[in-house]
Amino acid sequence: MTDQSVTFTLNGQQREAAADPRMHLGDFLRHSLGLTGTHIGCEHGVCGACTVIVDGSPVRSCLMLAVQIDGGTVETVESLGKPGDLSPLQKAFSANHGLQCGFCTPGMLMTLEAFLRTTPAPTEEDVRVAISGNICRCTGYQGIVQAALDTASAKANRT
Amino acid sequence: MSGRLFGAAITRVEDARLLTGTGHYVDDIELPGMLHAAFVRANFAHGRIRSIDKGDALAMPGVVAIYTMDDFADIAQGPMPAMAPHPLLKTPITYHPLSDAEVRHVGEAIAIVLADNRANAEDAAAAVMLDVEYLPAVSDVVLARVANSPTTHSQYASNIAATMKAGFGDCSKVFAKADHVLTEHFDIHRGGCHAMECRGVVANIDLLTDALTISTSSQSPYMVRRHLAAYLKRDENGIRVMTPDVGGGFGPKANVYAEEFAVALAAIKIRRPVKWIEDRQEHFVATTQQRGQIWSLDVAFDNDGRMRAISGHCIHDNGAYAPYGLILPATAIASFPGPYALEALDLTVDVVLTNLVPTSPVRGACRPNVAFLLERLADRIARHLGIDRQDVRQRSFVKADQMPYTTGMKARDGSPISYDSGDYVGALNLVLEKIGASDFETRRKEAKRRGKLRGLGIASCVEDTGLGPFEGASIRVTPAGRVIVATGASSQGQGHRTAFAQIAADALGVELDDVTVETADTAKFPLGISTIASRIAVTAGSSVQLAADKVRAKAITFASHQLEVDEQDLELEAGAVHVKGIPDMKIKLSEIAGALAGSTGVPLPGNMEPDLAATAYFNSNALTFAYGANACEVEIDPETGDIRVVRYVVVHDCGKLINPLIVDGQIRGGVVHGIGNALFERMIYDEQGQPLTTTYGDYLLPMASEMPPIEIHHMETPSPRNPIGVKGAGEGGTIPAAACVISAVEDALGPNGPFISAHPISPQQVVQWLEVAR
Repeated sequence: MTDQSVTFTLNGQQREAAADPRMHLGDFLRHSLGLTGTHIGCEHGVCGACTVIVDGSPVRSCLMLAVQIDGGTVETVESLGKPGDLSPLQKAFSANHGLQCGFCTPGMLMTLEAFLRTTPAPTEEDVRVAISGNICRCTGYQGIVQAALDTASAKANRT
Repeated sequence: MSGRLFGAAITRVEDARLLTGTGHYVDDIELPGMLHAAFVRANFAHGRIRSIDKGDALAMPGVVAIYTMDDFADIAQGPMPAMAPHPLLKTPITYHPLSDAEVRHVGEAIAIVLADNRANAEDAAAAVMLDVEYLPAVSDVVLARVANSPTTHSQYASNIAATMKAGFGDCSKVFAKADHVLTEHFDIHRGGCHAMECRGVVANIDLLTDALTISTSSQSPYMVRRHLAAYLKRDENGIRVMTPDVGGGFGPKANVYAEEFAVALAAIKIRRPVKWIEDRQEHFVATTQQRGQIWSLDVAFDNDGRMRAISGHCIHDNGAYAPYGLILPATAIASFPGPYALEALDLTVDVVLTNLVPTSPVRGACRPNVAFLLERLADRIARHLGIDRQDVRQRSFVKADQMPYTTGMKARDGSPISYDSGDYVGALNLVLEKIGASDFETRRKEAKRRGKLRGLGIASCVEDTGLGPFEGASIRVTPAGRVIVATGASSQGQGHRTAFAQIAADALGVELDDVTVETADTAKFPLGISTIASRIAVTAGSSVQLAADKVRAKAITFASHQLEVDEQDLELEAGAVHVKGIPDMKIKLSEIAGALAGSTGVPLPGNMEPDLAATAYFNSNALTFAYGANACEVEIDPETGDIRVVRYVVVHDCGKLINPLIVDGQIRGGVVHGIGNALFERMIYDEQGQPLTTTYGDYLLPMASEMPPIEIHHMETPSPRNPIGVKGAGEGGTIPAAACVISAVEDALGPNGPFISAHPISPQQVVQWLEVAR
C-alpha cells in the first residue's frame, strides 16, 4: 500500500513522516521514527507496555494506526526526564524499586503520567485501578503503586 | 559480609536507562541490510508434512527467501543437541531448528520467511502452503500414559519418556508403624512464564571473517554459543553471543531454542543480518510452559500430627520435546522432603510426552508444585486429626538444632543432600506473629458481618539455591581508575549490575560510580552457565568477591614494592593503597593500574604479572538452602465466588542480603506469580492439542487491581557454603505462594468445605463448593 503522510506533534515537536496505512502507532514510533522507548508486549491491547499519551489520554499504541495521529499530539517516554535528570515520577519508580526488567516500565510511566494529571490526589485503590490495564510480571506492582502515591503527595506538598 | 555498600538498600544503577526509554532490548537493534523473519508454524498438533509449496509466498512483496530444514542441509542437519543429557533419556528428544517432517505440537516452526519488514514476512508466511498427513494427537497427560494411547512421536511405542525414582528409608516399615495413613490426589495446572518481552534473536554474519554474532533475549547465552557451535561444527571462538537488556526471563528463556538456531542458519545462508522477534501469539505456542503434574500421594503420620513418610507417584506433562532433558521432573524429586524431617520417602515420576508445547522450568521449576503437595498434606493431616495446622508443621519440620541436616536424598553426583542452616519453625512462628494469627478469628467474624468469608492460609518451603557448577567474574582496573567487572551471568531484570558493583566497590574501596558491570557477552567473559535456579548471587556474586580480593591483594603487593613497606602495613581505602596510620603515604589504584599496564622497556616491580586484573570462578559444590514461611488472608464473596487476597506476609531467609531493595522486589514479584498460579493462570488445550487460551483476554495474569500489598520480614542466617554468606532469592516468593493462597481459601470455606487439591481455582468452582457445603 502507498505510504501516507502524517503531520503531528511528537514530544513537543512538529513532525511529518510517511506511514504505511496498516502500520500501528507503536511500530511507527519504534521502527519508523527510532523512538524505541515504547515497547510492544502483546499487540492485542491488554498488556499496556506500548501505552503512549495521545491528545492527553493514555492510548495503547498497538491498537491505533499511525495514520490516525494526523493532526494530533503524541507523548512518549522519551518526553519525560533524561538519565541525569529524571522526572519526579521516574525518580519515585527508582526509589521504590518500581521496575526490574524495565520492559513494562515506559507503558506504566505514561499511564501514570496521564492519570496523575487528572487525579492529583489518588488513593492506593485509585492507582491500582489506573494501572489495571498494565501487566508487570516482575515487581508485584507494589513499588509502582507506591511510586505514584509518593509522586502525588510530593507534588501536593510543593503546591 | 557487610560493608559500606554490601547490605545497603541502594537504588539500582540500571534504573536511569530503563526509566528513560534508553534501555537496549533485542528489538531495538537495527543493522544495515537487516532482514526480518517470520515463521510458518503448525496449526495442528500432530502430522507429517508431505510437501511445502513456497511458490506464491516467494512472489509476494518484499520477500527475499523462504527456508525449510532441507535448505540448510549444506550448513548443518539433524536434531539440536540436548542441553542437559540424562542417562534415563536414551535418545535425546530435541527439536530440529525447523521441523524435519513430523510436527508434534501446534506452534512448531516449519519454515522461516525472510523479508524487508516483519509485516511482509508475516503475509508471506501465511501464504506458504502445506500438504499434511494428520496424525492422532494426545493432549491429556493421563490418557497419554495409557498403553493404547496415540503416540506423540510416531516412532516411539509409548509416551513414557522416562520413569524416575528416588527416595530414602523404608516406606513400608514406617507406614506399617504409623498411627495414620491418608491418600490424596493432586492436579497442578500448566501455565506460562509470560515475560513482558517475548523472545527475540538477531544474527549477523561477518562477510570477511565468517564470524557469527548473535544477540538473543536469553538466560543462557553461553549455552546458545556452545550448542550452536556443536551443531554448526564451528569452533565457539567464531561465535559471539550476547544478551542485550532482557525484558524478563522467569525460566523459559534458559532453553536453547529452535528459533535461535533457525535465525542463525538463515543469516549464514542469506549472508545478511536477520532479526526475529516473537509476538505474543507465538509466545503462547512456542515458548516452553510449566507446572502440569498429576500426583497421587500416601502420607503416614502419628496422632500428634508428625508427618513420618510419603510415598507418591507423579504423571509429569513433558510436552512434545525435552529440550532441557529431564531437569524439570528432576527438580520435582529434588524438592522433597521440603522442610519436613521424614523417616522415609518413595517417589516415582513418569515423564510423559504429549502433543503440547514442551515444559521446562518456570519460576520455581517444580518447587512450587512440591510445596503445594507438602503444605496441602500438612493441612489435610491437621483437618483429619482436628488439630491446628501449625502444630503439624512445628512437630514435623527439621529443627534449627539439627542443622546441617542430612535429608536422606542424594544430589546428582550421589552425595548426600544436606540443608546448610536455618530455623524453619522460627520462620513459621514469626510469620504467624506478624500476620496476627492469634486474633484472626476476630477478623473472620468481622468479615462475616460484611457477608464475606475470610480465611487464613499458611505455607512454608525450603529452596535449594546456588546450583553448580560455577559462574565466574573478572575484574580489571583501568589506568583511568575505572573498575570493570565482567561476568558470564546474564541478567533479566534482577539488578545484577547493582549487586555486583556493591560487592566490588566494597572490596576495592571505591565508589559505586567507579564500577562498570558488563554481563553475558561471550566476547568479554569466556564462560557462563545460566541465570536459573536462584543461583547467581551465590555463584557470580561470590566470584566477584573472590576476583576483587585478588585484585586488592595485587594492588597491595605493588604498593609494597613501590612504597617499600611491608604488605601487612598497607590497606586499601578510598581508591588508594596507603600506609596504615599515614593516609598521605599512598598510591592510587589508577596509578597502580597504569604502572601494571606497562611502559616500553621498563620492568615491572618485583617481576609482577602485568595488569591490575584478576579472574575468579566460584565452584558451587554444595547447594545453599533458602527457606520461607508465608501467611495470607483471603476474603470470598459467597454470592459471586470472587476471591480477594487481602493480606500477604512473607518471612524469608536467603542468608546475607546484598541489597534488601532488590531482594524484596524479587520476593514480591515471585509471590504475585504464585498468586497467579493459584487463582488466574489457566492454559487450556482441547483434546486435539489446540490451545484455547492464547490471548490475555483468555489467559489471565495477575493485575495490580487484584494484588495485595506484600509485607516482608527477613531472617538472615548466613550460608557457610560461600564466601559472602548468601543464598538465592529469585524464586522463594513463588514457591509457597500458591499453596498459601489455596490454604486460605480452604480455611475460608470452612469445615464443611472441600479439601482443595488442585489449582488454579475459579469463582465458579467456589460457588459450586459452597452449594455442596450448604
